[in-house]
Amino acid sequence: MADARARRLAGIAFVAPFLTLYVVILVCPLLMGIGISLHRADLFGARTFVGFDNYARLLVDPVFHQAIGNTLLLTLMIVPALTAITLGLALALNRGTVAAAWLRGLFFSSSVLSVTIVTLIWRFILTPDAGLVAEILEASGRAPIPFLSDPDLTIPALAITTIWWSIGLPMMLFLAGLQQIPQDIYEAAALDKAGAWTRFRRITLPSLRRTLILVVMLQTAAQLQLFGQAQLLTAGGPSGASRPMVLFIYEVAFVRWELGYASAAAEILFMLVLAATLLQYWAVRPREDQ
Amino acid sequence: MPSLELNDVGKAYGAVPVLDGVSLAMEGREFVAFLGPSGSGKSTLLRIIAGLETADRGEVWLEGRRIDMLPPGERGVAMVFQHYALYPHMTVFENMAFGLRNAGVLREEIAARVGEAARVLEIESQLEKKPGQLSGGQRQRVAIGRAIVKQPRLFLLDEPLSNLDAALRMRTRVELAQLRQRVDAAVIMVTHDQAEAMTLADRIVVMADRRIQQVGTPMDIYARPANSFVARFVGSPAMTLAPVTLLDGEGAHARVRLADGAEIQTRVPRGSLDPGAAHDIGLRPEHVHVVATDAATLTAKADLVERLGDRTFVYARLGGDLPITAEDAGDSRVRIGDTIGLRIDGAAAHLFAANGTAHHAEAAG
Repeated sequence: MADARARRLAGIAFVAPFLTLYVVILVCPLLMGIGISLHRADLFGARTFVGFDNYARLLVDPVFHQAIGNTLLLTLMIVPALTAITLGLALALNRGTVAAAWLRGLFFSSSVLSVTIVTLIWRFILTPDAGLVAEILEASGRAPIPFLSDPDLTIPALAITTIWWSIGLPMMLFLAGLQQIPQDIYEAAALDKAGAWTRFRRITLPSLRRTLILVVMLQTAAQLQLFGQAQLLTAGGPSGASRPMVLFIYEVAFVRWELGYASAAAEILFMLVLAATLLQYWAVRPREDQ
Repeated sequence: MPSLELNDVGKAYGAVPVLDGVSLAMEGREFVAFLGPSGSGKSTLLRIIAGLETADRGEVWLEGRRIDMLPPGERGVAMVFQHYALYPHMTVFENMAFGLRNAGVLREEIAARVGEAARVLEIESQLEKKPGQLSGGQRQRVAIGRAIVKQPRLFLLDEPLSNLDAALRMRTRVELAQLRQRVDAAVIMVTHDQAEAMTLADRIVVMADRRIQQVGTPMDIYARPANSFVARFVGSPAMTLAPVTLLDGEGAHARVRLADGAEIQTRVPRGSLDPGAAHDIGLRPEHVHVVATDAATLTAKADLVERLGDRTFVYARLGGDLPITAEDAGDSRVRIGDTIGLRIDGAAAHLFAANGTAHHAEAAG
């Protein structure tokens, strides 16, 4: 018995450092955030308990509603397109040639850039005064398109920028997934008279199901928290047309100094991301093979 | 009607040749085993027939139709893969039905064919399971079922028994033999296991060094190996090969002398041999008997004694350190280190020229 106890203590000792870190930097802030969201608070420590007032205000705040709408729209524009593009790239580049290796590196390279650089690059491309797209349009005798100031175009512009920036990781995940599929299954399919489309639909896609869910969920969680590009490319404008939720939270907390209100918005975002993660479990669990 | 015909099939990977001009003709419904060591080209040849590899030269014909230009699915062949290659996310039924669906076979016909194959293979209760839920033997049956339902003109089996444990392998071997009686198609099996090839095949194609060494019935291959490679590769324990000198003489059959001076009278016709050249004598263990030393042709020292119950194999060394394998009765009293007498059944001996070409004994009578 003493032996088992010692073993358990040793086990706890091994996980304790990580557990402490996890509690201090993740669980505590989460709980504190929930606490703050129930107060009227500013950055200087003044706090008054207000119950669910902040949540009630959020429910009727048109600016917050716009931010939620923008966030969902961005997520819907980015995740399916990004998934399809990276899957296509992975399929095209899943071969042993030198050219494919170079192209894999090339497509991955955008991921290593900081959001500041990415935004700068896309500003050069999209800005209506002497941007790359504008120059091309002018050369063919057409007017430049105001990507960064037309309320209908800012969200697509943000989506394109984000897709370009985020291609690397999902492509690598798909490539890793593809290389897990045994080659002899494809040979069996060739003998089974399966054409390219049938092979993709009945063999590749089902074999990549876990990777596909992983990519969609990771990207959904990431894009719900989209921030840097929006702040640097459009600053959320014009008049909030491209302001995502995290930018809303940032502005409320650090421009308007309403920490309690910002925390309430952050908790709602947290619930959204949590819901997306739980969706993953729901999607994987029921059809799991024994 | 002839089944498969290979005409001068050749293949190289870059500068490395893997097949050198292989030609073969199979009868309809014939069961042929490609037997050879790793790297002999037998699997490559099977994959060329299936269309999973392309030959650099030569032609492949199946029942009068040239198939080497066709995609794998159009060739009328079905293959059972070494690791089964079942589709992991499809049920057993779907695994078997997949090829039929792609070929546009009607739904009722698919259900009938899969049902019949499942009944024959006794996997009816597994049809709704996924391959991951099956044992190795059951997966093997599904892989065979997937081939059968296509009603191919030629079955290709790639090392079909190599992933099964010993007991299951014996049982599956029997089942393959029975299955073979039921299907109206030719069968090619690739194997490196001579017992599988000997028991299942009508004819064995022995392959080594990128080419066919010999094509023949199992007994042909065993009794009249075409060269020293086939002689050593087929038969277990392997045939003993020992250098001999041809002796001058009058008789129609060659008389030879081993390095330790013992003389052996063979029934190999003297006329077929080159008198000045070096030769090896080939002796199967069953033609070398352990006897009392005073009645012996020659003596040897036992290195290893292998008791199988019904008989005993003695691995011994002749003078000059030449290894020789002899057979003794099941209750043999030979022990390691004993000096034993050997009587050689010279009438059954083979002679091999320096280039490996075999010369066999004339049938008695």
